[in-house]
Amino acid sequence: MPIEIEVNGKRFPVNYPPDTPLLYVLRDELRLTGTKYGCGEGQCGACTVLLGGAPRRSCQIPASAAVGKPVTTIEGLEKDGRLHPVQQAFLDAGAFQCAYCTSGMIMSSVGLLQTNANPSQAEVVQFLQGSVCRCGTHPRIMEAVRSAAKMMQGRGR
Amino acid sequence: MSGVAEKCVFEPERYEFHAAPIHQFELVRRDFFKILGAGIAVFAIAKDAFAVQETAPGRPSFHNEELPKDISAWLHIGEDGTVTGFTGKAEIGQNIRTALAQTIADELRVPFESVRMVTADTALTPFDAGTFGSRTTPTITPQLRRVAAAARDILVEAAAKEWGVAREGLIAADAKISDPASGRSLKYAELARGKTLAQSLPTEDPTTPTAQWTIAGKPIPKVDGRSFVTGRHQYTTDIWFPEMLHGKVLRPPSFGATLASCDDTAAKAMTGVFVVRDGDFVGVAAPNAHDAQRALDAIHAQWKEVPQISNKEIFSYLKQNAAAKTEDRFRKQKGSVEEGLAGAAHRLDATYTVAYIAHAPLEPRAAVAQWADGKLTVWTGTQRPFANRDELADVFHLPESSVRVIVPDTGSAYGGKHTSDAAIEAARLARAAGRPVKVVWTREEEFTWAYFRPAGVIEIKSAISGDGALTAWEFHNYHSGSSGIETPYIVTNQRTEYHPVPLILRSGSYRGLAATANHFARETHMDALASAAKMDPLEFRMKNLSDARMRAVLEAAAKSFGWPSKKTQEGQGFGVACGSEKGSYVATCAEVAVDKTSGAVRVVRLVEAFECGAIVNPDGLRNQVVGAMIQGMGGALFEAIEFENGRIKNPHFSTYRVPRFRDVPETEAILVDRKDIPSAGAGETPIMAVAPAIGNAIFDSTGVRLHDLPLVPNGLRSK
Repeated sequence: MPIEIEVNGKRFPVNYPPDTPLLYVLRDELRLTGTKYGCGEGQCGACTVLLGGAPRRSCQIPASAAVGKPVTTIEGLEKDGRLHPVQQAFLDAGAFQCAYCTSGMIMSSVGLLQTNANPSQAEVVQFLQGSVCRCGTHPRIMEAVRSAAKMMQGRGR
Repeated sequence: MSGVAEKCVFEPERYEFHAAPIHQFELVRRDFFKILGAGIAVFAIAKDAFAVQETAPGRPSFHNEELPKDISAWLHIGEDGTVTGFTGKAEIGQNIRTALAQTIADELRVPFESVRMVTADTALTPFDAGTFGSRTTPTITPQLRRVAAAARDILVEAAAKEWGVAREGLIAADAKISDPASGRSLKYAELARGKTLAQSLPTEDPTTPTAQWTIAGKPIPKVDGRSFVTGRHQYTTDIWFPEMLHGKVLRPPSFGATLASCDDTAAKAMTGVFVVRDGDFVGVAAPNAHDAQRALDAIHAQWKEVPQISNKEIFSYLKQNAAAKTEDRFRKQKGSVEEGLAGAAHRLDATYTVAYIAHAPLEPRAAVAQWADGKLTVWTGTQRPFANRDELADVFHLPESSVRVIVPDTGSAYGGKHTSDAAIEAARLARAAGRPVKVVWTREEEFTWAYFRPAGVIEIKSAISGDGALTAWEFHNYHSGSSGIETPYIVTNQRTEYHPVPLILRSGSYRGLAATANHFARETHMDALASAAKMDPLEFRMKNLSDARMRAVLEAAAKSFGWPSKKTQEGQGFGVACGSEKGSYVATCAEVAVDKTSGAVRVVRLVEAFECGAIVNPDGLRNQVVGAMIQGMGGALFEAIEFENGRIKNPHFSTYRVPRFRDVPETEAILVDRKDIPSAGAGETPIMAVAPAIGNAIFDSTGVRLHDLPLVPNGLRSK
């Protein structure tokens, strides 16, 4: 019996071996390619997803660890054509250049703001320390996280 | 440049990586075609332009086995009014898709939203040597402007004919031609429909003066921004086809190793796995990435290795292995350095080094290859699609017209994606499997088998007079390259030489390349001379500079930074550096905080003024400039590739440190907009002055002069 995981509110059987890193199940089996491969070593954050609501490096956890814990990927943030406030804030701030790190940055930031609605600058830095942006867009990413926090507090999200 | 009588001809930068393809494969049948879609198309040829209008939809009147290389730009107006600009340049995060569309919209007088760009597709776009050298803005922007102006002329002419009026007095605006006299108007879409037209156009069709730009010059957000924040954009690594296999390549344990023996029996026995052996190439393709990895792990190979030098010996090696005599094209001399040194008040000689560093683009090298009817299509993130096409054609013995290379907007490159390695690997595996194959390099492969910014040694001899004027300047660069090698300072007696050395590690282009090394050495040295002259570093530079654009960026940066600043905290230090390259100018001021107990160095603030002529998109430019400042901090402070016996010793993000959030200082970019100067590129120059500004600030804080990049890989004390 293949294991079953829930991704973005839908249930999927996993045909890959259950010890396959979740990243490859998402990308290659479910074809949810918004989650990126950057290093496969848990060092860059490009593959960040929410697992049971908490941000996790999907390259470092086996698919089996997602059994019974809902997974949210970047594709699952938009609701009825409306961007999540963090997505909207990244768009508004132009917080990307090549944008390959963007999915991971957004997922990490969503995870942060879920547990800390009004993080200080130091807290944002600390939280995103494990996420690599090679284009040097860090200041705008910081700005986006701060404005997303404001937006979400305003909406009570 | 002031103080320099004539430009010497140095070696062209290593923007083009000329390593021969590694693998040669057997011949495949010839076949070729090219197609351009229907509608009005305007082409710009190097010195002329002509227009072609389609005779019927889907029947291209312009098609060829090989698109001519002297056509540099074109655009197309579809029957629905959609405007498409074509360029062989690639979007790698530098935001040309937006900036070029802005330029077309501006010149053609259409809304920005109606313009789309087709980039870097060898079947659809004009030939292009590659996306490097900050060339897109200075070369492609004016060309697209010319074709857009020409297209506008054709539309005006067509409307005039339609109405039987003189073309003078007709107005092109809002995607239509209007006749104010009669009040009539015709949309571009209507004019594009159902006519045939072929027309030569004036060589120098006048384009819109900078002062009258309405769409160009504005901070328009990145097009397709939404597809990036939703994860919908398909990078090469995201492409998928039914039946597609995942490929992996067996890497030797060290550079230059050759295959002695290989047992692939176990791998071949695996279900669904293809194993390819072709000379020293050993690769596998399997239905998914982990099966491909399992198959690769099951191959037992023995390699013959060759001893090689390590990063510890590299600098003496470079000095020893430079050619004894420098070729004339690599040297430039003016006055007599010996005389300048002899009569001087202060003399200062110093040696500087720069380490090999990696580009580490977050999207590693990747390719998807598909064969159909003997023709090869490859999607790959490269800065040189046409060169990749040629290399693929060469390797597989195909005519160029049988190979199509398409570059999806790519997860960055910084000069690191010129080669076709992944494309060749995917294509070879796909041919064997008879199915599309995707190859995505691992991070370790990316750090090891790509190529590096070359290491270098720079020696400077110099002297100044009692009042702080440069009297002698002798500058030697070993290996790292010649860009930015000439001093912008006024000095009568000077000698500049670039000494090439055969490659040690596979090396090539990098954002700014040698300009960073040369500016680091020069601007650090200038700072040391200022100190010898007991002058303020900014004042000393100004005294020796006459170039008005350089002075202007220095003044702008200093003003915003608050130079000269008073130290208010222990360990605080301030530094400045400036430079010019590829038609643009930069000045950077840095503030550092050095913890004298731990030796930890923190960059607190970077203020950079940048001027590249008329700004096309200030929002994109700001991203580029701030990005270069932060990326430049990595090479300045801690990035260095360690190697020994043909192995990279730190091929991971855990061991090769790149700038992260905690490293990022307060940044300020001052964009100096010169509407009177043609736009230059901005991808590289903003990185050049970062390292010397930081090094000079460390000196200001501690009195310790650092001569090597990276400056403080382990903090100041353990240096």
